[in-house]
Amino acid sequence: MIPIYIICGYLLLLLGLGLASNHFFRGTAKDYFVASHSIGPFMLLMSIFGTTMTAFALVGSTGKAYTTGIGVYGLMASWSGLIHSACFFLIGIKLWAIGKRYGYVTQVQFFRERFESEMLGRILFPVLVLLVIPYLLIGIIGAGSVMRGLTVGTFAEAFPATNGAIPPWLTGAVICAVVLTYVFWGGVRGAVWANTFQTLVFMGTGIIAFYMIAKALGGAGAASQKALEVAPELLAREGKIGHLQFLTYCFVPLSVGMFPHLFQHWLTAKSAKSFRLTCVAHPICIMIVWIPCILIGIWAAGNGIKAPPNAVLGRMVSELVHSPYLTGLLIAGVLAAIMSSLDSQFMCLGTMFTRDVVQHHFGENRFNDQQTIWLARGFIVFIVAVTYVLSLFPPPHVFDLGVWCFSGFASLFPLAFAAVYWRRVTKAGAISSLLVTVGVWVVLFTRDMSAKGKSGGEDELLVFGMMPVAIIFGASVLTLVVVSLLTQPPSRNTINKFFPEALKGLPS
Amino acid sequence: MHDSSARNRRLVWLAVGLLFVLHHDFWWWGTTTLILGFLPIGLAYHLLFSVAAGCVWFAMVKFAWPSHVEEFADGKTPDVKAPSPKP
Repeated sequence: MIPIYIICGYLLLLLGLGLASNHFFRGTAKDYFVASHSIGPFMLLMSIFGTTMTAFALVGSTGKAYTTGIGVYGLMASWSGLIHSACFFLIGIKLWAIGKRYGYVTQVQFFRERFESEMLGRILFPVLVLLVIPYLLIGIIGAGSVMRGLTVGTFAEAFPATNGAIPPWLTGAVICAVVLTYVFWGGVRGAVWANTFQTLVFMGTGIIAFYMIAKALGGAGAASQKALEVAPELLAREGKIGHLQFLTYCFVPLSVGMFPHLFQHWLTAKSAKSFRLTCVAHPICIMIVWIPCILIGIWAAGNGIKAPPNAVLGRMVSELVHSPYLTGLLIAGVLAAIMSSLDSQFMCLGTMFTRDVVQHHFGENRFNDQQTIWLARGFIVFIVAVTYVLSLFPPPHVFDLGVWCFSGFASLFPLAFAAVYWRRVTKAGAISSLLVTVGVWVVLFTRDMSAKGKSGGEDELLVFGMMPVAIIFGASVLTLVVVSLLTQPPSRNTINKFFPEALKGLPS
Repeated sequence: MHDSSARNRRLVWLAVGLLFVLHHDFWWWGTTTLILGFLPIGLAYHLLFSVAAGCVWFAMVKFAWPSHVEEFADGKTPDVKAPSPKP
């Protein structure tokens, strides 16, 4: 029962924190959606880092290292450290400044005005929503499966159908209810406060699990030595990861430049200076979480642990440490990683439906601040409910959708980059690029899904040895450049508005 | 003064480019040597790479920071004539 007490205590603490943030709520829509641009450097770092890291950072990274070896770190973590910070510096700061100056809250508002196009907004909105929803589903389904794996035998009388494990429907219901509560009352400030706490929890969990597992294996040296003797191929990359795959994975982290929930987090910053800590510390935070998990993954292989990849971390804790406290902390850490992404995504979808659909259709003055906030809350409840119901009937290969969501957002990155750095980019270029991106994405995605359906395999689709995102990204850039050069440049007013002298300090 | 800050900025961007190239450590693709007795060399290299990335971004915020961005965001710069957006 100790793990359950720890989890309940953790969830209650989270709820308390979310509700406490409500005391700082100023009652305005601006405060609900962007915390009145009041978030300082530390909370901005924690909320952005927590939002970009999902349960994959703890559970998936361990499982992937268990099957693929240490190359996973270079593939996913060190690329992300370099490229995420580049996105924050090059895109985040500019969009924060433009968003704060002109009062944008969503990406669609920005792109619609930057490209002087209603049409672009109409196409972009469903694309963004459809890319976020599978990402949300993965979080809820992942939480359910992790909780089930870690609680087998704990509640034999209450849940005989799952061998005493907490069933996924219950885990999903609880985390949806908790996230909904603090986002509903606290808005984006509630999400930022909760994310800060949750990020500290999952970072701490990884370090504590690493220390206790290393101790149980006779020290880190002994554990790695055993892995070297039993599974030496996991300590290198030869035969596990291709060179082109390793190189082209650099496109995947560009997705942070187009995540709608990160756009909203950027806008919460108190000042541009708040971004400094995020740019510098983000690669280090990734390292702190990922290195222990990668080592645990290869140690598991060295110790002959037999488990599905996503259950490796839990199995290592239950078989080697035998501590109910660590089991409880691990579950709380995994839930923290999942919920710190879910809250921002729920919040951003609620914001997008309110701003980009309802207010855009009826006009800003149709609703006062109170009505706008209640509209957003209504949409958030609706989205949480729909996502929860969908999570009860997961589509096949739902976890593969994760990489495809990231690939989709990454392939939209050229649009964001050109919008703030290339004066000559045109409405026609942007719309064509968006349509080509969607088209190429759909072709490669259906090819991957049909291949998986036939073979039942879990291998990633590679095109000429490259990640598919490289192909989609290339098609997106090519279309954007060629069509822009062939069409009418944007108006002088738009250029003056989005390329002011003051933003020239950033490379342009 | 202006020349040295422009030079520093170029150097920092060069460092980012260099890191991009150095990420592809093909030279120990198949090496399994343990560093400090527990870290596989490929992992140790990328751990250092992450630290180097943090250092380069530290240099970036020190030498290439967009100093006027706050004024623009707060509406203190006069160079924008366009009206506020429709939501």
